[in-house]
Amino acid sequence: MLQEESDLSLIIAQIVQKLKGSNLYAQLERQAWASLQRPEIKLESLKEDIKEFFKISGWEKKLQNAVYSELSVFPLPSHPAAPPEHLKEPLVYMRKAQGSWEKRILKSLNSMCTELSIPLARKRPVGEQKELLNKWNEMGTDEPDLSLFRPVYAPKDFLEVLINLRNPNYENGDSLSFRTHLGLIQVPLKVKDIPELKEFFVELGLTTGQLGIDDSTQVPPELFENEHVRIGQKVLTEQDSAAAQQYVRQGSPTALRAELWALILNISSHPEDILYYEQLKTNVIQHDLLVDSLIYKDVKLTASNDDYYFVFEDYLYQVLLCFSRDTSVLSHFAYNSASPPKSYIRGKLGLEEYAVFYPPNGVIPFHGFSMYVAPLCFLYHEPSKLYQIFREMYVRFFFRLHSISSHPSGIVSLCLLFETLLQTYLPQLFYHLREIGAQPLRISFKWMVRAFSGYLATDQLLLLWDRILGYNSLEILAVLAAAVFAFRAVNLMEVTSLAAAEAVLADLSTLKVMPLLQIFLFATVT
Amino acid sequence: MSRPKNQNYKGHGLPKGKEREQRASIRFKTTLMNTLMDVLRHRPGWVEVKDEGEWDFYWCDVSWLRENFDHTYMGEHVRISHFRNHYELTRKNYMVKNLKRFRKQMEREAGKLEAAKCDFFPKTFEMPCEYHLFVEEFRKNPGITWIMKPVARSQGKGIFLFRRLKDIMDWKKGTAGKKLTSLEAQPARNTVNPSGSHDTRSSDDQKDEIPVENYVAQRYIENPYLIGGRKFDLRVYVLVMSYIPLRAWLYRDGFARFSNTRFTLNSIDDQYVHLTNVAVQKTSPDYHPKKGCKWMLQRFRQYLASKHGPEAVETLFSDMDNIFIKSLQSVQKVIISDKHCFELYGYDILIDQDLKPWLLEVNASPSLTASSQEDYELKTCLLEDTLHVVDMEARLTGREKRVGGFDLMWNDGPVSREEGGPDLSGMGNFVTNTHLGCVNDRKKQLRQLFRSLQGQKKTPN
Repeated sequence: MLQEESDLSLIIAQIVQKLKGSNLYAQLERQAWASLQRPEIKLESLKEDIKEFFKISGWEKKLQNAVYSELSVFPLPSHPAAPPEHLKEPLVYMRKAQGSWEKRILKSLNSMCTELSIPLARKRPVGEQKELLNKWNEMGTDEPDLSLFRPVYAPKDFLEVLINLRNPNYENGDSLSFRTHLGLIQVPLKVKDIPELKEFFVELGLTTGQLGIDDSTQVPPELFENEHVRIGQKVLTEQDSAAAQQYVRQGSPTALRAELWALILNISSHPEDILYYEQLKTNVIQHDLLVDSLIYKDVKLTASNDDYYFVFEDYLYQVLLCFSRDTSVLSHFAYNSASPPKSYIRGKLGLEEYAVFYPPNGVIPFHGFSMYVAPLCFLYHEPSKLYQIFREMYVRFFFRLHSISSHPSGIVSLCLLFETLLQTYLPQLFYHLREIGAQPLRISFKWMVRAFSGYLATDQLLLLWDRILGYNSLEILAVLAAAVFAFRAVNLMEVTSLAAAEAVLADLSTLKVMPLLQIFLFATVT
Repeated sequence: MSRPKNQNYKGHGLPKGKEREQRASIRFKTTLMNTLMDVLRHRPGWVEVKDEGEWDFYWCDVSWLRENFDHTYMGEHVRISHFRNHYELTRKNYMVKNLKRFRKQMEREAGKLEAAKCDFFPKTFEMPCEYHLFVEEFRKNPGITWIMKPVARSQGKGIFLFRRLKDIMDWKKGTAGKKLTSLEAQPARNTVNPSGSHDTRSSDDQKDEIPVENYVAQRYIENPYLIGGRKFDLRVYVLVMSYIPLRAWLYRDGFARFSNTRFTLNSIDDQYVHLTNVAVQKTSPDYHPKKGCKWMLQRFRQYLASKHGPEAVETLFSDMDNIFIKSLQSVQKVIISDKHCFELYGYDILIDQDLKPWLLEVNASPSLTASSQEDYELKTCLLEDTLHVVDMEARLTGREKRVGGFDLMWNDGPVSREEGGPDLSGMGNFVTNTHLGCVNDRKKQLRQLFRSLQGQKKTPN
């Protein structure tokens, strides 16, 4: 009991510390001072009266939302004496693996830099700045020569690293037994099995209404949809983050989704936020970074070629170029196993005062990175709002998809979860695919790294991301991947090569995700 | 066979009484070598006829129609894919005339409010005969942009934008212009019949002179709705089985065509910005064939719903229904409603920033070439369903409200989504039977439809 209490007070202290530096704190202070004018605030009961005032005026709600938001990203409770690396990643071998992967990426980036004799960063001449400012809303029309640039890495390179991950303390013997894991990931992390997933995802059950199933044309809207929309509107009026998060577990109505996601992520567009975005834009105009070319190349290769996202090409540049320069993103490295690449001013190697992070936000984009932003363009049209939403989604979820960690929502756990589900519940299929040299993870990895963006139809993708936000976890990606394999099992049993298996699973655009998930979790005989 | 509950419901035009003969094979002819050929060739029981052979079904092009229709004998069962004088609807200058006349009629009969429902085409003036009316309007609204379009060309050819009369002067000085000036001095050549239709035989009179192209000057919509900073227009398919009575079907699928470059009024010379025809976009230096630049209507509808809410979208789509119906009604009395004819129109609609739809034009021969795999799917399904509705195989009862992706939109009166006839009292919730941009589960519907038709045939009472 005592331990829990002291853990809790530690957490409270840390959150209070964090919030004290935030904008909300300043606003609350101002509001408290202003409220002294009000007749109902009496000197004798000052504290209670001000608290009452906050409750009525909705400021308490805002504070609640902010606290809730902090709790969502707060790392799991750990020993108070644990060093900061443990917050990033408790397991040493994982930290080491991430470290060496980062070294490789950096080496690749530096060698590209040397080969092409392009500086990592340079200040733009005034003429170029003016030109870029004019073209800010249509950067997609630019056709710079990007043929010499290559993406720093692609998901399949990352997969190879994950396959070679080993826990040096784990010895599972040479003999094969029914416990042997037949997949590519060979680290012993704890993942949920179907009974545990059923409990975790209880709102996706067969007896609970879902958007994505119970709003189809055959079902009369009175049965579920109308009431669900009404509740959604109520949640928005109350402006309650926690309620919104619970609500979207059953899916979000199209018209309310943009606001609901903003509420869950605790994004509101204050003038300061818009100003911050404008500042980032100015940074983009003034300096050119090498990563900008990587971003351009990625957008041209992926989103621009997509049948639906090509329309939003310009927004993608506006978001991603600003994102690379946003130093506030560096704070998420406190709980990310990755570390931002450090570079030193010429001639001052090793001297911490001359260290800079490159790129300024510490995130090096890889092939397909822009697909994290593309679906959001469907919901948000105002650049600074779109930017904030993306940034928040990145520091809460997406970063876990390309860093090596033991977190249950980290990509390693997701891969292991996927393989375990397949091996346990579809053993024949798994074995068959393994025999023909088509390890299932080789096909599903790219889906999970991109959170299925670009593979599913947009409306289905948004229904999936509703649940990511609702459950504050990425595990649903692994479950969906397994469900897709289960759905196409009959065809997959007949293929005889990796290429053929890829072909069966090449087109996911017609899939309906919620029925697939429901059937896999709740309606399959286990 | 028991009578359906509602006595008011009318069949959609198949001959009653006389048993329609089931043919052993249907001989078809067409000159188009694209999706249409694939669909026709794959249809069970249909055989291709070449050259001078006798045919039961001809998907012809409009030039053949013009030259041969009048002296071709067609048996009762024969079908052909155009109406004789479709140009009343599809040539820009005729359509405008018919619409204007229809609007006046509506104003006389039903008042200003009803007539305002016809205000879905931007102010248009025919050149050269209405040149002076145009100048008057032009002077009343200085600074706005106008677009000049040739009446009979397609794919964006010959179109240009202008803001100053000087620009027209320059154009007039060109070859087309010279003829224009000479024509202006003479009385109008076109013979207009009392019914309002246009007699193209008068073009024979002009055989000796170089034929002048007619143009229309139309007010350019300067505040189009933009997505991703780009302008787009919508292509919607409407199938008309007869004009008297008016029977029209609306296809659920269609697409939005995007311009490849960002919209700005600064560069009205940049043809690529303003014209969204795929043919024009294809020649733009930015064009990448892989990109497509089309969105299916379902995606478009979802995008709008997430931005403006479902009610606003409902209103927009029912305004579009209004465009289809009114435009067809305006030419109803003028088009020769031959029972052999049917026509698949491609409507081009532009949405402005207030979510008001505008009719740009109606195409009698919408492009059936596929620009991508998705496009191929759409067009083949569209054509298959067209052939189902035309029903050469005599399978339908004539009381269907939906066939595959087609919904019966108008059957000599509005068609309700619910069972029963239109709500004549004007109260209650009349929802039209249109589902543009909605889910198109055509395969399932066709299976159910044909299965039940088979069932009905087997138990003939």
